[in-house]
Amino acid sequence: MNVAYINPFINATAACFKNMVFVEAKQGTPQIKKEPYPRYDISGIIGLSGGAQGSISLCFPMQSALDIVSKMIGAPITEPGTDLADAVGEIANIIAGFAKRDLVGLNLSISLPNVIISSHVLSGMSGVGTIIVPFTCPLGPFAMEVSLKTAS
Amino acid sequence: MRMLLVDDSVTMRRIQKTQINGLGITDIIEAGDGQEALGKLKSNMPIDMVLLDWNMPVMDGMAFLKTVRADEAFKDVKVIMCTSESEKSKVVEALKSGANNYIVKPFTPEALKEKIGM
Repeated sequence: MNVAYINPFINATAACFKNMVFVEAKQGTPQIKKEPYPRYDISGIIGLSGGAQGSISLCFPMQSALDIVSKMIGAPITEPGTDLADAVGEIANIIAGFAKRDLVGLNLSISLPNVIISSHVLSGMSGVGTIIVPFTCPLGPFAMEVSLKTAS
Repeated sequence: MRMLLVDDSVTMRRIQKTQINGLGITDIIEAGDGQEALGKLKSNMPIDMVLLDWNMPVMDGMAFLKTVRADEAFKDVKVIMCTSESEKSKVVEALKSGANNYIVKPFTPEALKEKIGM
């Protein structure tokens, strides 16, 4: 996977958190995903197709997700449920859509979001490396996983 | 002003509704996809403005927009696309299809206010 494709997703994450959660999301050092895979409590996943195929996932510990979504919607969300799942899916959708603007050459289409709730690991596409970008924000840590297979 | 919010994400509708309430607009109807929105548009006229997501199940925002623009009964309804589709080609496609304005998620409350024209 071409790591140059990561920056649009990082920039989109920063913009999403600044404009919709009203906090600064600081990125850590991107890493190639290796076993043992990290575990998450809730992930929003968007499929990518077109000139490249893969996915982008926004992955959270439960408390981070609850606090981030509460800040985003301006009302407390205290337990996992449909509100939390919808919001996490929408965060992933916004980030994927915003990143597309800087990936015009790939002519990407994005899927509707899927959300996993409960402790899990994510496996990337077979034969395609996954990049993990850790983030911190005042509401807790989270991570982005990007797996993208391009022709070149 | 009566506004129709169309987005499959309950979260986005909630955020938009709060922001729009803050502009003094309280007559707001919601729909979760284009098909539901068409029904609510027909049964709740006059509606002044539609805030419309693009990517939705059942009927997406573009199909809704083209249907609305093909119907003389809705010629005065303003449609603002409010979507994560950020490429210029998508903006052009929406405007050519009859959208009055376009705002890309993630947006600030100020940007939404400007696009709505308040």
